[in-house]
Amino acid sequence: MRHHKLALCGEHYSEWFVNSTQRAIEKYKMFKPDANILVAVSGGKDSLALWDVLARLGYKADGLYIGLGIQGEIDYSDQSLACIRNFAQQNVPNAQLHVVDIAETYGKTIPEISRASTRGHGKPCSACGLTKRYVMNRLAAERGYDVLATGHNLDDEAAVLMQNTLHWQTGYLARQAPVLEASDGLAKKVKPFCRFYERETATYAVVRNIEYVYDECPHAVGNLTNFYKTLLNQLEAESPGAKLSFYVEFLKARQAGFFQAPADKSNLHACEVCGQPTTAPGRCAFCRMWNITAASGGALISPDAIAVRGDDAFDDVETRVAETVDVSGL
Amino acid sequence: MIAMVQITFRNKKFEVKENMTARDALKKIGIDPESVLISVNGKLVTDDVVLREGDEVKLVAVISGGSAIVC
Ligand code: SF4
Ligand SMILES: [Zn+2]
Repeated sequence: MRHHKLALCGEHYSEWFVNSTQRAIEKYKMFKPDANILVAVSGGKDSLALWDVLARLGYKADGLYIGLGIQGEIDYSDQSLACIRNFAQQNVPNAQLHVVDIAETYGKTIPEISRASTRGHGKPCSACGLTKRYVMNRLAAERGYDVLATGHNLDDEAAVLMQNTLHWQTGYLARQAPVLEASDGLAKKVKPFCRFYERETATYAVVRNIEYVYDECPHAVGNLTNFYKTLLNQLEAESPGAKLSFYVEFLKARQAGFFQAPADKSNLHACEVCGQPTTAPGRCAFCRMWNITAASGGALISPDAIAVRGDDAFDDVETRVAETVDVSGL
Repeated sequence: MIAMVQITFRNKKFEVKENMTARDALKKIGIDPESVLISVNGKLVTDDVVLREGDEVKLVAVISGGSAIVC
């Protein structure tokens, strides 16, 4: 059925894709026409396509790139940033691109901090995920964005759903949704592409001549998400539409209240160093991993620094955290 | 002699017999049809297209298990 859409010519395909995104935005009440949107961009097809579509729909959408310092054999991080800069210049010249380089800001790359910490058993993904979530939330909050948009597609969502279902992770299932409302200092998060097959977002990127990074992060090779994606693709080949119904029927069940978040989870504290929400009192997991303490003065932008210092000093601190690039001048 | 069609995927080249559908060709060379887009002579096509001698067939990878934002 969806293969028919490929029979559309490029222009009509792209029109169909853009309009479907708008319908998803409305259906799941993601954001209003005047919202300030921050798109998390990786340099891959999904996030660049998302930025492109939101701009074409007339939304005010800026980008956030987090430089992880992962190079591997393919210079993964460098290649990603180059793709993003190139895209931004051509497709969203009026937007802003925030670049947060982790090594410049916190002193180590993701592989380095991962080796130095006990998280993740030698794989950088745990340190990486924690850091990305933290930076996204913090930048969205501090720059006054209403919502953080990510390029998760149907295949991503179905793979995570399968993983969570096989382990009956009811807490995660309760929180897996196209929209996560803002709460306790955590930014509102939306996934406008959650109903598009991965091949549909790839098609859009190709049709729009978007140059994206084809290679995936070297640490993703052989990860579980890929494994579940492959399984789901086999299922899809036998039974077309299986991925979509697996995900959409889950959303309906969730909507009907089958998966409830445990009530006591809402007890978040402010991290004593950075002020970001955390589940246990004291320092948040991020500050603990990066060993940021109030005494060491290592809190790169503590709420105090913002409230107390003058504008100039604040700008000074700010640039260490986010280099905001005016895309038109790249 | 049987006419062959060349298929390019990343930096690899494969050869299949002509007059096969793209879907069968992918099966033949062991690539999951859900994981790629197929372009023939520069145009995206559906996988029921029949490949002819001289067609320039390119595959574009679709899976992104590690597009750094979603993992
Ligand atoms: S696969 Fe790469 S980008 Fe993704 S979490 Fe792991 S290290 Fe980070
Ligand atoms: Zn903290």
